[in-house]
Amino acid sequence: MEHIWDQTYECMEREELEQLQLERLQATLNRAYKNVDCYRNKFTGMGIVPEDVQSLSDLSKLPFTTKEDLRLNYPYGMFAVPLREVVRIHSSSGTTGKPTVVGYTKNDLKTWSNLVARFMTAAGVTHDDVVQIAFGYGLFTGAFGLHYGSETIGATVIPMSAGNTEKQIMIMQDYKTTALVCTPSYAITLADKMDKMGIDPKSLSLKVGLFGGEPWSEAMRREIESRLCLSATDNYGLSEIIGPGVAGECRHKCGMHIFEDAFIPEIIDPETCRPLPPGSVGELVLTTLTKEAFPMIRYRTRDMTSLDYAKCVCGRTMVRMKKTMGRSDDMLIIKGVNVFPSQIEEVLFAVEGCEPHYQLVVDRNGSMDVLEVRIEVTENIFFDEMKRQKAFLETVEKRIESVLGVGVTVKLVEPNSIPRQEGKASRVIDKRRI
Amino acid sequence: MLTIKNINSYYGKVHALKNVSLHLKQGEIVTLIGANGAGKTTLLNSLSAVIPPGSGDIVFEGSSIRNLPPDRIVKHGISQVPEGRQVFNPLSVADNLELGAYLRYRSREGKGEIAKDLDTVYALFPRLLERRKQLAGTLSGGEQQMLAIGRALMAKPRLLLLDEPSMGLAPLVVQEIFRVLETLRNEKKTTILLVEQNAKAALRLADRGYVLETGKVILEGLSSELLENKEVQRAYLGKEKKEVWER
Repeated sequence: MEHIWDQTYECMEREELEQLQLERLQATLNRAYKNVDCYRNKFTGMGIVPEDVQSLSDLSKLPFTTKEDLRLNYPYGMFAVPLREVVRIHSSSGTTGKPTVVGYTKNDLKTWSNLVARFMTAAGVTHDDVVQIAFGYGLFTGAFGLHYGSETIGATVIPMSAGNTEKQIMIMQDYKTTALVCTPSYAITLADKMDKMGIDPKSLSLKVGLFGGEPWSEAMRREIESRLCLSATDNYGLSEIIGPGVAGECRHKCGMHIFEDAFIPEIIDPETCRPLPPGSVGELVLTTLTKEAFPMIRYRTRDMTSLDYAKCVCGRTMVRMKKTMGRSDDMLIIKGVNVFPSQIEEVLFAVEGCEPHYQLVVDRNGSMDVLEVRIEVTENIFFDEMKRQKAFLETVEKRIESVLGVGVTVKLVEPNSIPRQEGKASRVIDKRRI
Repeated sequence: MLTIKNINSYYGKVHALKNVSLHLKQGEIVTLIGANGAGKTTLLNSLSAVIPPGSGDIVFEGSSIRNLPPDRIVKHGISQVPEGRQVFNPLSVADNLELGAYLRYRSREGKGEIAKDLDTVYALFPRLLERRKQLAGTLSGGEQQMLAIGRALMAKPRLLLLDEPSMGLAPLVVQEIFRVLETLRNEKKTTILLVEQNAKAALRLADRGYVLETGKVILEGLSSELLENKEVQRAYLGKEKKEVWER
């Protein structure tokens, strides 16, 4: 039997759903227009008032919201309620050093918990499960989202947080973990470690894995499933929208159901910004329908995907999005952390005082992502002494790590050894097989 | 059961309802809350065509009722209990109730059906049975409210619109009336759209609610969510007062 957490909404007929979406969209617009200067100014600039939205297709008349808007309104400018009503802050990395701040009211946390409970249930988690969460607890939304979802379902949560692979495995054995939550690459790390320790995954109690935080392939899914002996499912979310809980796979693994009673998805052409017909590949744009503290109107996720409106065998009527297929900007996801080349550029600029030629090389060493920053030697950074050069490299590495939150290796290369290109420089080489 | 899309209503030039969309499902109690002048009564009056809306769609059980006159809307199964009771003061309680079934006398159903419904109303409000011969004008406020509800029920509605049933009544009487509304929903499967100033009581009774502000819907949600919403608490539940600089 198919387990569905919230039958009323997840299996709603399209016509009924569209009425609900329209009502919630209009209410969201009225609130955002009234309470958030950024939206009011944008609307006014385009000569639009919320009343102009009379149908779901009118959504395309509205302006987009981008990460740049969030940066300009850092930290609290996009909140639609006074800070006193916000009970939680999360944040994600931003493009220029400043992170993106998002807030939740009490109701928002409840909404979030229920949305996560939906995709966890869809993946096969029930109140009988023991859920080990190996996402880092902190400002990122991943760990808390899955934590709340598990508790809402009534499952047993082990809030392990990230890292300490041996201990993760010990707990997995001793506490009889049945559901594993982490990034897909960390799942491979766990499998590698188990091989080394001589632990047979069949001796564990693992049943289902909920992997997210970074894009992964079907090949990787097969590898994880065979090596960890569990059913590996994907889910999608981003902190600007709510965190995990935007969409998730059911057990048929034929796309992630977007919870359309809470979010309206659109697919646009990232170049022309025009909406594309259903089925086409383009950038995903999301509008929130139920968020109180942090409503987002037509937020450009920069994630490329496509939507399938055909009814799923599981009985859910909600649209399915394909696994994300890259980005429409230059953001990299390294060990689940969002990294923009511009952040590294800024550090280099600050250290050297002039714009260097650099190149980022991303690779996967076993299952872990490694990021190498190659810098061309200039007069400013030419040292005779090995000691001084080493110290310089260490400073840069430390600075970059403190900005990005992930470790990198910095290497100096010969002048003019990095290829120059007209227009968009190919500063990034991604050798990972995703 | 009822779907409203983008209705706009006007009092002369005053734009009282701006693009309001809402829906009710069979058997639901839905409440509209909001301050004075937010457009709650206008919305009910637009539904019953007392003030025909200027634009938008109103679909009841699959058919559009937007351009119908009030009597046809009652025939379709929607009855309104108006604000301030509006009972016929010079008539007896029994006559008031029978007038509620006015449209049914000419239909094919026998008088027996109507008499049966009269008994049902008396069973819901025993007080009305006691006073059935008394003139409506001599009833207390609470009794008049019961009479107004009873009269609306005599049209055998599937959707009942109630406008401020608690207005000017003692708390105990309000409790009694709300209990009857619950019975109506649970036992008679009547769908109810309730407009109330007493937001707390309304949200406790209702399944869902909409918050209206200056003619627009600004919130929609389950009653439990709305009760938790700070904006609702501040504006309508008398909690969380705004600081001077926030007004």
